Amino acid sequence: MIASARTLSPDARQPVPSPVGGPYPMGLMALLTTVGMLFAAFTAALLVRRTGGDWTPVRLPRVVVFSTTCIVLSSIAVEVARAWLRRGMLADSVNWLAGSGLLGMLFLGGQVVAWRHLALRGVFLPSSPHAAFFYMLSATHAAHIVGGLGAIAWTLNRLRRGAYSPERHAGFTHAAVFWHFVGAVWLYLLILLIAF
Amino acid sequence: MTTSPAPQAPRFPAPGHAAPAHAPAEVHAHHGPQSFWTRYVFSTDHKTIAKQYLFTAAFMSIFAVGWSMLIRLQLAYPHNTWPILSSLFPGLYQDGVLLPERYLSLTTMHGTVMVFFVISLALVSGFGNFIIPLQVGAHDMAYPFLNALSYWTIVPACLLMMVSFFVPDGAASAGWTAYPPLSALAEAGSGLGQTIWLLAMAPFIASFTMGGLNFVATILNMRTRGMSLMRMPLTIWTLFYASVLGILTFPALTAAAIMLLLDRLGGTSFFLPAGLIVSGQVLPHQGGTPLLFQHLFWFLGHPEVYVLALPAIGIAFDVLAAFGRRPSFGYRNTVWSILAVSALGMIAWGHHMFTSGMNPYLGEYFSIVTVLITLPFSVIAINLVASLWRAEIRLHTPMLFALGLIAAIGVGGLGGLWLGTATSDMYLQDSYFVVGHFHFMIGVVTGFGIFAGTYYWFPKMFGRMMNETLGRVHFWLTTLGTFAAFMGMHFLGMGGYLRRIYDPTTYRYAQHQPLNVFISYALLLAALGQVLFAVNLFWSLFRGKRAGANPWDATTLEWTTESPAGHNNWETLPTVSRGPYEYRTDNAPAGFHPQGEVEAAG
Repeated sequence: MIASARTLSPDARQPVPSPVGGPYPMGLMALLTTVGMLFAAFTAALLVRRTGGDWTPVRLPRVVVFSTTCIVLSSIAVEVARAWLRRGMLADSVNWLAGSGLLGMLFLGGQVVAWRHLALRGVFLPSSPHAAFFYMLSATHAAHIVGGLGAIAWTLNRLRRGAYSPERHAGFTHAAVFWHFVGAVWLYLLILLIAF
Repeated sequence: MTTSPAPQAPRFPAPGHAAPAHAPAEVHAHHGPQSFWTRYVFSTDHKTIAKQYLFTAAFMSIFAVGWSMLIRLQLAYPHNTWPILSSLFPGLYQDGVLLPERYLSLTTMHGTVMVFFVISLALVSGFGNFIIPLQVGAHDMAYPFLNALSYWTIVPACLLMMVSFFVPDGAASAGWTAYPPLSALAEAGSGLGQTIWLLAMAPFIASFTMGGLNFVATILNMRTRGMSLMRMPLTIWTLFYASVLGILTFPALTAAAIMLLLDRLGGTSFFLPAGLIVSGQVLPHQGGTPLLFQHLFWFLGHPEVYVLALPAIGIAFDVLAAFGRRPSFGYRNTVWSILAVSALGMIAWGHHMFTSGMNPYLGEYFSIVTVLITLPFSVIAINLVASLWRAEIRLHTPMLFALGLIAAIGVGGLGGLWLGTATSDMYLQDSYFVVGHFHFMIGVVTGFGIFAGTYYWFPKMFGRMMNETLGRVHFWLTTLGTFAAFMGMHFLGMGGYLRRIYDPTTYRYAQHQPLNVFISYALLLAALGQVLFAVNLFWSLFRGKRAGANPWDATTLEWTTESPAGHNNWETLPTVSRGPYEYRTDNAPAGFHPQGEVEAAG
């Protein structure tokens, strides 16, 4: 049976990407969408809950400045690592990616210190709705940071074993996109928690 | 089972695009796994995972149907004692009488397990896994490991749900919707079972999300050559929209469940207002609002109805075309209507809350959006019926169930009009009219979709046909039983009977107990029909007639590979040059044009 030329490309044995989706990482896009919807749902809850009459803002511990700086620097480091890889400098790329992972862990450490500071001030989960949202949102976000660190560790391992080349490193890019995304989510949450 | 290596095909070979660096490393020589464990248990083959999902769903359905039988026994004979049940289920019955709290546990767990652990698992995860790679022409799902992970995440969720029956205070009893304050306060009677319920939903949502990512990526990225979007079978379209809806809306339930868990265990007041008094004691909570939980829950809960119903409708479209020997009526209209239904379904959740005390103007908005869904849904329903126009019907069992599905959509859909309109819903809210309605839409429609799919794809799954005679008897018992019961429930609801009432004879103004007895017997008949289905399933697994590659003369891609489909589905992926339903074309020698063809290996 002969198919029309319009639907066949020269090498008929291989599945060519379809017009929609194609080489774009739809799985990653869907993941970012669903994580985004989770924090959108929390945002809706916060906007409703703050009208409850007992909403008294809690001063956030100063250590969040440190952790926020760490997560921003970490995203920059990932991009530097990608830039080195594109120039073929594998060793530099490995170092910068490892540094980025380290900064991510420092961010997590900073969050733990923030929770300790609040607890020392006598601000616990049930103390006020604003405190409850701070604990809950930062913990839920930290869980996603742990996932992102897993992606970075995975990428680092593959990078060191030479699985990525300057031209072909989509897995690296996907991990970087996820890492930037969870970093941006933290900035958003911080603004949300400070604004209200 | 083929064990020969497939051609080494990078997944994204298009030049000029950044192909994944790991693509060459990922392309294995596709040997079928050899050991029992990797082949049947921890397999990453989508067909094996699909069967695991389907059998898990079947296993859970035994309990869910069993619980409904206990519920119906109580509703038919609320004053009888059953000493034998006391010895069988000492946690549920005392001195032969069902404990009222456990009656609520039974309704809660029946709803939860049916919606999330039977229908979602079978229809979306089960058939989705089986049919997506086979119908779009792929060797496997986009992320086979994630796929196996998502199945093995569902297993602890199932176990947790079952375990909750054996903890002090019994299983969750706040309804499948788990409304606070009841579900948030141990003082109000929701014990450890409710906590376990929430903890079991977490792995379920994680698993369903992983599955959804996989479905979307596979459908968009992994289609074979020539399989353009408008050539995809409608099953694929419906599964696609179901996955997208799940990805967009399940996070709302996650957020609600986290906050409810913190309200239960952490002393927060997300959903708990001030001034709650339980057993004469004022609780310290203040400032929260239970309405917030309802909004978050139904933001998932309503699209979830479409997550369940749409794939069943998609299967019906495939079956109607194959057994009606004519193209599906209005394919393009159907595709766009499914999109419209999904989009409107995401902004209509408030019709579950008309009597909750929310702003009446908001209710009017939700009313209008809900009734708007009627327009695209009617297009879908009309296209289902019109697919029978001038059809040359082959009345095999899958076709019977597809026809029954159309009837159920008719009854259930018309009932929905009364419930979507705020004015009539004020009266019908929480009555048996609602129970009858949703059992038609997400009980009968989805159930018939599952059965049609099972009878239709069984040869592709196991290489054998199911028994036709048993299938027909199964169909008629199921149809007569469920239609009689759920139509009866509509009348009970109009008579004023409310759901979740332990003893229906307490109503002084409504004395329709004979109808309750009738409904119970009708459902017993339907349940007995399922025994025939189970017998048929296991008998056919070992004794069924051997099936050829294409026993139904169907056009879609899955019928171009052998039955059962081998490890890699095809050695060489088929090429698609036609639409999905080209039946009865004049120049086709066999009377139909298959969508794909296996090219000579080159």
